[in-house]
Amino acid sequence: MGRLYDLLSQDVRFKEGLKACINCGTCTAICPAAEFYLYDPRTLANILQSRDEEQIETLLKSDFIWYCGECMSCKTRCPRGNAPGLLISAVRSLSQDLGYFTESEKGRQQLAIKRSIGEWILNYGYCLYPEEITTHDHPEQGPVWEWITANLKAVLGRFEANYQEEGPGIFRKIPQDSLDEIKRIFDVTGGTERFEKLEEFSRKKAGEMGMEFSPGQESEYYLHVYNTNNNQHCKDEH
Amino acid sequence: MNIEGKKLIWKDYQKEIAEDDFFYARSCVRQSFFPGSETTFLRILRDELGKNIAEHPFHTTCTGIAYHSDIVPFETTMTVVARQFALMTEAGYQNYVPSCITSFGVYVEILDTWHHFPEIEKKIRGYLKEATGKEFEKPRNLVHSSDLIYKFRKEIAEKGKFRLVNRFTGEPIRVVEHIGCHYAKMFPSKGVGGAEYPHVLIGMIEDWGGEVVDYPERRHCCGFGFRQYVVKANRGYSIACSRKKFESMKPYKPEAILTNCPGCPFFFDRWQYALSEMEGVTYGEDGQGIPVLTYEELAGLILGYNPWDLGLQTHQVPVEPLLDKMGIPYDPEKKFLGLHGEYLGKPEEPGVLKFCH
Repeated sequence: MGRLYDLLSQDVRFKEGLKACINCGTCTAICPAAEFYLYDPRTLANILQSRDEEQIETLLKSDFIWYCGECMSCKTRCPRGNAPGLLISAVRSLSQDLGYFTESEKGRQQLAIKRSIGEWILNYGYCLYPEEITTHDHPEQGPVWEWITANLKAVLGRFEANYQEEGPGIFRKIPQDSLDEIKRIFDVTGGTERFEKLEEFSRKKAGEMGMEFSPGQESEYYLHVYNTNNNQHCKDEH
Repeated sequence: MNIEGKKLIWKDYQKEIAEDDFFYARSCVRQSFFPGSETTFLRILRDELGKNIAEHPFHTTCTGIAYHSDIVPFETTMTVVARQFALMTEAGYQNYVPSCITSFGVYVEILDTWHHFPEIEKKIRGYLKEATGKEFEKPRNLVHSSDLIYKFRKEIAEKGKFRLVNRFTGEPIRVVEHIGCHYAKMFPSKGVGGAEYPHVLIGMIEDWGGEVVDYPERRHCCGFGFRQYVVKANRGYSIACSRKKFESMKPYKPEAILTNCPGCPFFFDRWQYALSEMEGVTYGEDGQGIPVLTYEELAGLILGYNPWDLGLQTHQVPVEPLLDKMGIPYDPEKKFLGLHGEYLGKPEEPGVLKFCH
């Protein structure tokens, strides 16, 4: 067995997600991503079980592995109990660990997710934070969200929220001791190392692409990965 | 067929739901977009049903959105979840109730992983001890908060002041039920009714007087897709999934959509607005949208709570057409008031979708 396959085999989600795939295509029939993108979970499982190092490396550097929405509909229907959605988690993890994710447009977006969701977790203790969700980045939020965020404390307060205050309740302030514990968990479990790799490999790629790279959500590279769509990912675009 | 035989056939689709003494974990998404729902849930459990349900100010996100966007390793998520279990243990509880479906799925996946790979559980216990000094017991009972409303749905109906019945025609109101994917698609035995026949929302709709709408794309994902929504360049995936469902349900003329995941109602609400702006299309009656409700909001309406205390003014698709059909009174003048009764102004009117002030 080759190196990449060996590395994937160490991930429990890879072990749980792939027995022998019989290529029936049931997963592809039910898959929302396969309907929208040039994606096919049957092909994913088949490449992985081929143990072909060259094909697996190509996969890890491709847009293909970033199309799945991890709804896990495939898990319900597979007659062999496979879960392509779990395999996606394993291949995406390895692609990021090896720096292959920057080789594709969709993979490069991981930096944007780290700098939003990832940093909100460490800064606030929440995956989402209302003040960070703007109609500029999220025009679909519409005028009611504009009204809510313009009057956040007064609106949330009507629902007995505890916004940015100590104690329990909606959007309570997570104490610094708790945030410190979360940070230490990230440190000892590989979360911090993952974030550092996302930054480092992205910085390197930005240099190759000749783009300005700096912290936050305003740099040329960040805006490029967050907004760019080459319109070559969907079936009706081919 | 006798009852014993039926019970045997459906035993894999049953689920143990504890009777009392719950430890509640809030949802990042539900707090953000349906802030009245969690308040309503606790009010119903405590004031209507007399249950003991606690929350802990130190609990955090489970990292679920980050985990399913794959920016954090599984070990990190497992250890953050282990910390949540430690808070439950310290507080003296055994019955864990998350508000979020993504969290529920993450917890189920982790407990299943630890069951099959005890060496991983041992490793995570070590990580948690090293990072925080904490230890934990695994929950004796893990259910989603919608499971509790399902369990006590008949009591809520008995106490109810309103029903899902059109007061003008006497007909049941037609409701689409949408189950969050991570409720049962990964582990069907962990959801009431499993993945193919989830009964958690059907039970509420039918016991509260409504009629469940069946339609072809009933089990299709709402389109969250985690990274497919979080990143702006990917959102075509998300809106396309919701649109597929709206087009599929439209011929059946649903009068409301009921959800148990905090993300799904957000997407059904906001993508109806976006589609109306982008394509000029609306899916409800007379240029209106289809009102979208969380199960807490619907339970609150059945119980006769003030719609504005439930947070229905935070929806982009107005809910008033449903309130009118159910005969629920509301004061339009109080829709946009703040904490102290002050008028906060009103949101801008959408270009296409009918809005109610």
